[in-house]
Amino acid sequence: MPVAIRIPTPLRHFSGGNGKVSVEGSTGIVLDALERLWELHPALRDRIVNEQGQVREHINIFVGEENIRFTGGLATPVSDGSEILIFPAVSGG
Amino acid sequence: MPTTRTISVKDGDVLVLVGTMKGAFVFRAGPARTRWEVGGPFFPGVPVYALGYDHREGRRRIWAGAQSWRWGTVLRSSDDFGKSWTEPEAYTIKFPTESGVALKNIWQICLGHADEPGTLYCGVEPSALFKSTDSGGSWSLVQGLFDHPHRPQWMPGNGGQCLHTILPDPVDPDRIVVAMSTGGVYRTDDGGKTWQPRNKGIRAQFMPEPFPEFGQCVHKVVQHAARPGRYFLQNHWGLYRSDDGADTWQDIANNVPSDFGFGVAMHPHDPDTVYIVPIESDEYRCTPEGKLRVYRTRDAGASWQPLTRGLPQKNALETVLRDALATDAMDPAGVYFGTRSGKLYGSNDEGKSWSLVLDGLPPVVCVKTAVVEAAKAARQKAQSKPPAKHKPAASSAVKTRKRRA
Repeated sequence: MPVAIRIPTPLRHFSGGNGKVSVEGSTGIVLDALERLWELHPALRDRIVNEQGQVREHINIFVGEENIRFTGGLATPVSDGSEILIFPAVSGG
Repeated sequence: MPTTRTISVKDGDVLVLVGTMKGAFVFRAGPARTRWEVGGPFFPGVPVYALGYDHREGRRRIWAGAQSWRWGTVLRSSDDFGKSWTEPEAYTIKFPTESGVALKNIWQICLGHADEPGTLYCGVEPSALFKSTDSGGSWSLVQGLFDHPHRPQWMPGNGGQCLHTILPDPVDPDRIVVAMSTGGVYRTDDGGKTWQPRNKGIRAQFMPEPFPEFGQCVHKVVQHAARPGRYFLQNHWGLYRSDDGADTWQDIANNVPSDFGFGVAMHPHDPDTVYIVPIESDEYRCTPEGKLRVYRTRDAGASWQPLTRGLPQKNALETVLRDALATDAMDPAGVYFGTRSGKLYGSNDEGKSWSLVLDGLPPVVCVKTAVVEAAKAARQKAQSKPPAKHKPAASSAVKTRKRRA
């Protein structure tokens, strides 16, 4: 089964307007699923992670209801049927 | 999202590019500079600390560094004065993976030497210099500065550890002066391979040694094309001039209400004339005595006069940041500045009188100017220009001697 990735509204411009993208063949962690997402929609990469491959400071990524900051970061396990959700954090001024 | 207004620009128009904490704006006026029309906000909600205009080889290109809180900092450009902007799939300014650091912000966008019309520079946070030789299509880190042994000792000021000033020498294509906060002034004489600190005489009031080799919190440096060996510098406490290519600096804070400030702007045609906006202190970063005053020297810092006509002289607790003060290339010169409280002021008579161009902007962090040439004429000029190696690009209106330190 694929992993579903929810795309926040401001980034849908870069995902062909899709709010949900399914990626196949995930090998088991969030990073793998994101890399498959970036193969489909390359412009999403630099907007989600910086050049060191770190999730941008004001972005939160959840697997189900768990924020990956507390579950192993991009190495957080995902399983078939998981849903990955990308949210802009509450920040700014 | 707000509706973004666009403007139609004519040949000969003067542009004032304004970067704010919540987007960029483009102001246009005819050569008289009496009535301004505003386009924007471009990138609404996004801080824009750096703007630039590239007129070379027939281009009419606005550059903007857009620092999204969420999606990172991206360099974008418009060839139609803001009607459309590039949206690069992959960000073009990125530190190499092996550097171990990531881009936070773009603080300065600067054209290269006149003989290198495809060259651009960006000064960024954390302090580093990027260079493009293909008109901004691709960028690379200037490794010589990034690898400088002093880099681990540069410390961020309140605004962040930024390289905010880039001054390619008008005469010598291998010489560039940069300034950062903190870190101070550095100069290369070999096209960026090696860099030397050039801070002799500049105070660092916040360090145990008041005149260290480096580490100063330099806020802004300017230079005039007709006198490239001379620089004016606004420091975090201190106003300075160098007449020897930045090798040494002399205090020129003669009868100003405070030598603290951020911005400094060069007159376009007179290398003895400079504008500043003094700020009371680093503890209280507002205009002294509640008076909004631009100070001008016409004798290279020997004396300074307040310029106040049209500016509020009561209850004006304003701050003008390092890149928010600029002059245009017209004659008489226009002078412009933006405040943290969102006001844009302008003068079309060299500072003699001022008017409020617009109030109610987000906090202003960047003001740049340009004069729009006819694209066809600019292209013809570029094609007919003789090889001008090692000659200063002096304006015809320059009124002083040409000297090289």
